[in-house]
Amino acid sequence: MKKNIARHVVSLPKSGIRDFFEIVSKMKDVISLGIGEPDFDTPWHIREAAIYALEKGKTHYTSNLGTIELRREICKYVEKNYAVSYKPETDVIITVGVSEAIDLALRALINPGDGVLFHEPCYVSYSPSIALAFGEAIPIVTRAQDGFSLNVEDIAKAWKPNCKVLMMNLPCNPTGGTCDLERLQAIAKFAVEKDLIILSDEIYSELVYDGIHTSIASLPGMKERTLFLHGFSKAFAMTGFRIGYACGHPDLIEAMMKIHQYSMLCAPILAQEAALEALLHGEDGMKVMRDQYHRRRDLVVRRFREAGLSCHLPKAAFYAFPNIVATGVSERDFSFGLLEAEKVAVVPGTAFGQSGTGFVRASFATSYEQLIEACDRIERYTQNLASKRRT
Amino acid sequence: MNPVLKLLIEGGQLSTAQMAVVAGLSEADVNKHLEQLKKDKIFLGWRPVLDLSREAVAGAAVRAVIEVRITPERGGGFNRLSERLSHFDEVESCYLMSGSYDLLIFITGPSLQKVASFVSEKLSTLEGVLSTSTHFMLRSYKEGGFLIDAPEQASGRLKVAP
Repeated sequence: MKKNIARHVVSLPKSGIRDFFEIVSKMKDVISLGIGEPDFDTPWHIREAAIYALEKGKTHYTSNLGTIELRREICKYVEKNYAVSYKPETDVIITVGVSEAIDLALRALINPGDGVLFHEPCYVSYSPSIALAFGEAIPIVTRAQDGFSLNVEDIAKAWKPNCKVLMMNLPCNPTGGTCDLERLQAIAKFAVEKDLIILSDEIYSELVYDGIHTSIASLPGMKERTLFLHGFSKAFAMTGFRIGYACGHPDLIEAMMKIHQYSMLCAPILAQEAALEALLHGEDGMKVMRDQYHRRRDLVVRRFREAGLSCHLPKAAFYAFPNIVATGVSERDFSFGLLEAEKVAVVPGTAFGQSGTGFVRASFATSYEQLIEACDRIERYTQNLASKRRT
Repeated sequence: MNPVLKLLIEGGQLSTAQMAVVAGLSEADVNKHLEQLKKDKIFLGWRPVLDLSREAVAGAAVRAVIEVRITPERGGGFNRLSERLSHFDEVESCYLMSGSYDLLIFITGPSLQKVASFVSEKLSTLEGVLSTSTHFMLRSYKEGGFLIDAPEQASGRLKVAP
């Protein structure tokens, strides 16, 4: 059968997380800091809304764009929190997670060979999604000494005449990198000059611990050329519900809807009902979770530094991204060695692109008790590596 | 806010040593904060959350909730009588309520008779108590934030995820 698989699928690289997952999933008693989703269960009132919707027989298709009630609440939420106003009738589409929204947007925008800029290290699906849309994936480097923020100078260096789209994920998985207003303004100016469309994945934007999140869509002249992408997975601990959304120019939303209606039809109605409840009554619960992530971040970064690992302070999201070069081993050897010696799982930074070389991603979306134990083990592991190097 | 108080409000089950690591303090500092919270009468003490239905002897204990109507006093309102009632060992908790009664009292006793006699002999006979309405608890579904008899669920999370 292999010979029948499409060439562009065959040429997709294997996910750097996949083989690691295979090993970890077979091991017992592992403390995993390798999980990119909240450890909190979805708040009960949101789950209960889904149960209630099921009881009420809400088991049918919705509009391709999603229920109008949810789209209205999304528009209110986005206007209140991101200072951009959208029309629920034409400017919003509900998708199966942000991942589907990204896929739809790329397929709607990219002609074969168009260039798509994206910053690295980044979420594992960006480069493959671009390849699946027959675009040219063009990485932009971000750096630890800069808190993995995005600089217009680096975008300009990577830019080529075929570039049509700039993908941004701020705050960023895996680095927790963010972008201040000044940098965003410079990026916006560059996007206008080069006529770039911006796909702005802001899935972690509620989980900001230092500073204020600004959406690039809210800057003057940027709403028209920005597709604002967001969802419920991270802030409301609703990963399994698979609800994301995109807000943008009605022409782009219409084009995305064309693909969505033939491939997905609509996002599941029960999950849409749950998402509506999250927007109506979920803000307080979300803040409680954010406060706890904040304390966990401080704990993990402090302990990593005490263990001799250089680690920038992620301003947002729930990942620490320590540099392990000082241990004298590669990120892959560090991760596999840590798993074998101490049964702690972290993800090698190269799973998120080549600029993740020398780093590992450690998610702090796990309990204090587990984090404390994991940090103790990581410290012991790094000390053992150090003493081996000395001998 | 006191960093230790933040962790207490979160409702976790951290030991003082773990609190120290999370808050970035020494354990001695955590204990100092706890002492200060005690002095400020914010932190009143530790209590275990138990499901005594699983323990044969202790499980025979009877728990009841009593709605009490009382007469407020000139100058003291409801406080004097409420404080007096709260001193009884049988009373676990006592709250002044809005609505059709004044006090809601949670009590525990070794048997139904003991609880009944506490209500009829001690509580009802106090001057100022107008009426009582006693409700015996039949079964507990949640205690102090813990679900009782809920099936243990393995975490549905994958061990590694992007």
